[in-house]
Amino acid sequence: MTDTATHYRSDSYCTFLVDGLLYGIEVQKVQEVLRTQPTTRVPLAPGVVRGLINMRGHIVSTLSLRSALGLPAGSNVRQEMNVIVRSPEGPVSLLVDEICDVVRVEQSDCEPIPGTLRRQQRMFLRCAYKLQQRLLLILDADRVATVPH
Amino acid sequence: MDGFEDIIKEFLVESYENLDKLDGDLVALEDTPDDRERLARIFRTVHTIKGTSGFLALPKLERVTHVGENLLVPLRDGELTLTRPIADTLLEMVDAIRAILQRVELGQGEGEDDYDGLVARLQAALDQSSPSLESPGSQEPPPSHAPAPAPAAAADATDATDATDETAPVDSDHDAATQDAPPASAPSKQEPSLVDASVRLDVGLLDKLVNLVGELVLARNQIVQFSRSMDDAPMLAAAQRLNQITTELQEGVMKTRMQPIRNAWGKLPRVVRDLAASCGKQIDVRMEGEETEIDKTVLEAIKDPLTHIVRNVIDHGIEPPEQRIACGKRPQGTLQLKASHEGGQMIMQIIDDGAGIDTDAVRAKAIEKGLLTESQAAQLNQTELTNLILLPGFSTASSVTNVSGRGVGMDVVKTNIESIGGTLSIQSEPGEGTTLRIRIPLTLAIIPVLLITADGDRYAIPQVSLIELVHIDSQRAGHEIEFIHDAPMFRLRDRLLPLVYVDEQLGLHPPRHRGDRPTDLNIVVLQSDGRQFGLVVDEITDTQEIVVKPLGHHLKDIPVYAGATIMGDGRVCLILDPIGLALAGGITDGQTERQLPATIPTKRPHAGSQESLLIVDLGNDARAAIPLSSVARLEEFSPQSIERLGGFDVVQYHGQTIPLFTFNQSLECQRLNLTGQHGSPTSPLHTVVFRDGNRVAGVVVGTILDILQQRSLREIPDDGDRDPTHLVIQGRVTQVIDLNAFLQHALRQWDQAGFAA
Repeated sequence: MTDTATHYRSDSYCTFLVDGLLYGIEVQKVQEVLRTQPTTRVPLAPGVVRGLINMRGHIVSTLSLRSALGLPAGSNVRQEMNVIVRSPEGPVSLLVDEICDVVRVEQSDCEPIPGTLRRQQRMFLRCAYKLQQRLLLILDADRVATVPH
Repeated sequence: MDGFEDIIKEFLVESYENLDKLDGDLVALEDTPDDRERLARIFRTVHTIKGTSGFLALPKLERVTHVGENLLVPLRDGELTLTRPIADTLLEMVDAIRAILQRVELGQGEGEDDYDGLVARLQAALDQSSPSLESPGSQEPPPSHAPAPAPAAAADATDATDATDETAPVDSDHDAATQDAPPASAPSKQEPSLVDASVRLDVGLLDKLVNLVGELVLARNQIVQFSRSMDDAPMLAAAQRLNQITTELQEGVMKTRMQPIRNAWGKLPRVVRDLAASCGKQIDVRMEGEETEIDKTVLEAIKDPLTHIVRNVIDHGIEPPEQRIACGKRPQGTLQLKASHEGGQMIMQIIDDGAGIDTDAVRAKAIEKGLLTESQAAQLNQTELTNLILLPGFSTASSVTNVSGRGVGMDVVKTNIESIGGTLSIQSEPGEGTTLRIRIPLTLAIIPVLLITADGDRYAIPQVSLIELVHIDSQRAGHEIEFIHDAPMFRLRDRLLPLVYVDEQLGLHPPRHRGDRPTDLNIVVLQSDGRQFGLVVDEITDTQEIVVKPLGHHLKDIPVYAGATIMGDGRVCLILDPIGLALAGGITDGQTERQLPATIPTKRPHAGSQESLLIVDLGNDARAAIPLSSVARLEEFSPQSIERLGGFDVVQYHGQTIPLFTFNQSLECQRLNLTGQHGSPTSPLHTVVFRDGNRVAGVVVGTILDILQQRSLREIPDDGDRDPTHLVIQGRVTQVIDLNAFLQHALRQWDQAGFAA
C-alpha cells in the first residue's frame, strides 16, 4: 500500500449496496443522502448520467453507479437512493440500491484490489476492507464523479 | 490604519472615474478648444487629485498635478488656446497620474519614476505659450516644500476657492461645496446636488443580490404554481402579492446593474485619437445613444470586442487622408457609434465611411488561406464574401501592423459576442464604408424562455432567438411540408424554411422520411447565426422567466443544451441552445445533409467534404448537376403564365418579373423562347430559381431527377471560366454546371435589356 496519506486518515465510511456488493465512500466526501428525486432525463448524455435533480436550488447530475461499474441494470430503479458526493466539479449524485451504516474500519484489515478484476471496476476502487461478514469495497469518489464516459 | 486605507481606496476609485472622463474631455477639447465648461471640469479633476495627493502624502503625484494645474488655469481662463502639443502633454500627464495611482493601488508607493521630463514639458508648454503671463496657480507655494500634508491640502482648498472666485463664474455652486466639505472628496463632484442622493456600492454585493433575486424568481414561480393547485383564496392572494413584489424587486435590482453604454465607449475617443495619429489618419468619432443602458456584465463583456473592432476600423477601414481626397471624400474619416434598445436587446452599430471591405481581396485571401476553394468562392454573393472575415484565421491586412493584425481576427470578436448571446453582422459598401451591427441581450441573469415539450419532457428555448410560432394541422401538413430528399421544408411566406425535429435531434425519435404519414406540426421558428429554421416540437406550453444554471461537466459538451433551470414544480428543465440545435440539424454547417442554399461554410471544408447536387435532365437525355448551394427554389410554372417581354420569356414570381433561361446543346445559357423551341407545351415547366442579391432568374430544365450527396466536387480543377466539368454520377456522365458564371451571364443580358427592377 503506497497510497496517499489522506487515504489512511479517513477510517469512517458511508456504506451502501449496489448489486449485492458493499461499497463505501469516506464520510467527509458525502454531503448528504436523499431518497429518490424527481429526475429530468438528459437525452444525448453519456450512459452513466441518469438525469438531473433539484437539490434545494442546485442542479445536480445523477450518475448510475451500476452503469459506471459495468453492473447489470437494477430491477428497483424507483427505490434507488441518491448519495450526494462532493467532487472537484461540484456535487454529484450517485445512485445506489440501498444505504447501509457508517462503518469504522481498522487499517490492518485493508487489502489492495487484486488485478483479476475487470479494468472498468478496478479503476474506481481503492482498496477492500475485510469486515467480519463481508468485504467492504472503497470507491474513489472523485474518479466516479468525474467518470469520463 | 483601516480608516486611512479606506480613504486611499475611495480616492483611487474616484480618481480613476474622473480620469476616464478626462481622457474624453481632452480629446473633445481639441475640436472645441474654447469649451470653458469642459476646461473648468478638467481643471477641477486635476485640482482635486492634487489636493488629495497632498493630503495623502503622495509628493510625486502632487508635483505632476500641480504643474498640470498651472497649465490648465490659463487654458480655462481663455488666455491660452489648447493646441495639439499641449493636448498631447496633458494626455501624457493623465497617463502619468494613472500610472502613479496604479502603483499606489498595488501598495508600491509612487514608484521610481520622478516624471521630471513630463513636469519640464508641462512647464515649457506654459512658459512658451504665455511667457509674460503670471498664472494664478504659480503663486501657490511649490508643493516640494509642503511636507506636512494636511496644511498643504487646506491651503490648496483655499487657493481653489480663490482661483475660481477670480476666474470662473461657472463654479459658484462648486465653491460652496469646497468651503464646507473636506477637501478630499467634495470638489470632484460635478453636480453637488447629487452627492447626497447616490452611494457607491461594491459590485460583488450587487452580483450577489442579482443571484438572490434569481433564486427568488424561481421560488416565486414554484409558490405561484403551487397556490394555483390549491383552492385557497387567501393563499392565492398572498401568492399574487408575492408575484407582484418579486417582479418589481427583480426590475429594481436589474436596474442597479444597468449602466449606460457610454461607460464602454468612454475610452474609445482616446484610443481612436492615438491610433489614428500613429497611422497618419484623421478620424472624427461621433456617438449617438450613449445613454442606452445595459447590464454591467454584458457591458464588461462587450468592451474588448468593441475595442478590437474600433482598432480594425482605424487600421483597415478608414483610408489615409490623401487616398480619401483622391476618392473625393473629406480628409477626415468618421467613425460613428450608435446604440439603441430594440425588443429586450441592444443594437449597437459601428459605422465608418472608409473604403469598405474589398470583397475581391477577401475572396483571394480566403482561397489563399484554404478556407474555401475557388469554385466555392465564386458562388458567394457580396454579403457572404463580406462575412468571410468572421471566419477563424482570417486577416486581410497584408502586413502585421502594431494596431491590428496580431493574429487575433474578427472571429474572436464574433465568438466573444456570441458567448453572451449576441450576434454580429457586417454590411459593407465598397468605397462608401462599413457598418457592423451588434445585437446583445440587455441582461444575462434572468431570461425569458418558451416552454415546449418533446417526447413527454419539457424543454426551454430562449426567446432571444425566437421569431414566431406556426401551427399546421395534419391535413395542411400533408401538402405544405415539402421534401428535398428526406429533408422537410415548409414555405413560410414564400421562404423555404428547413425543419428540424427536436425529438430527432435529441435522439428520442428515429429520423422521419419523405412519405411518412403527416401529423399536426408545431413549429418554433428560430434564428441562429443569421439563418432561420423551424424547430418542430410536440407542444408549445408556456412562456416564463428563468435563471440559467450551468450544467455539470458530464453534460457540458453536449452542444444542444445551453444550461438548465428549475421550474415552478421544482423539477429541472433543460434549456435548448438554438445555435447548437442549428448546428446539430445542419442548418448552419455547410457540410451536413440538411443544407440551406448558399450557406457560408462555418468550418474549413475538408478534402472529404460532401456537397449536395441537384441532378436534372436537360430534356435531350443529357444530365447535368447543379450545386444545390446555388439554388434558391425549385418551381413549376404553367406554360400559360409565361409572358413575353423584350425578347425574354418572363414570369411573375412573388411580385417580381423574372427572366427565364434554358441551356442550349453545349450547356450555355440561352434565353428561353417557348414558341420557338417547344412548340406549345402543356406540361408545367420545371424551373430552378437562382438568386443573387435582389436579382432573380429562372432556368427551365427538362425534369428534376434527384438530389444527392457528392464527395469532393471541389477537388476537380476548374480549367476555365465557365467550362463545365463532368462527373460520373449513378453510372451516367453528368455535366457539372457552374451556375454562378451561368447566372452572371444570364443576368447581364437581362440587366442590359434594362428591365431589372
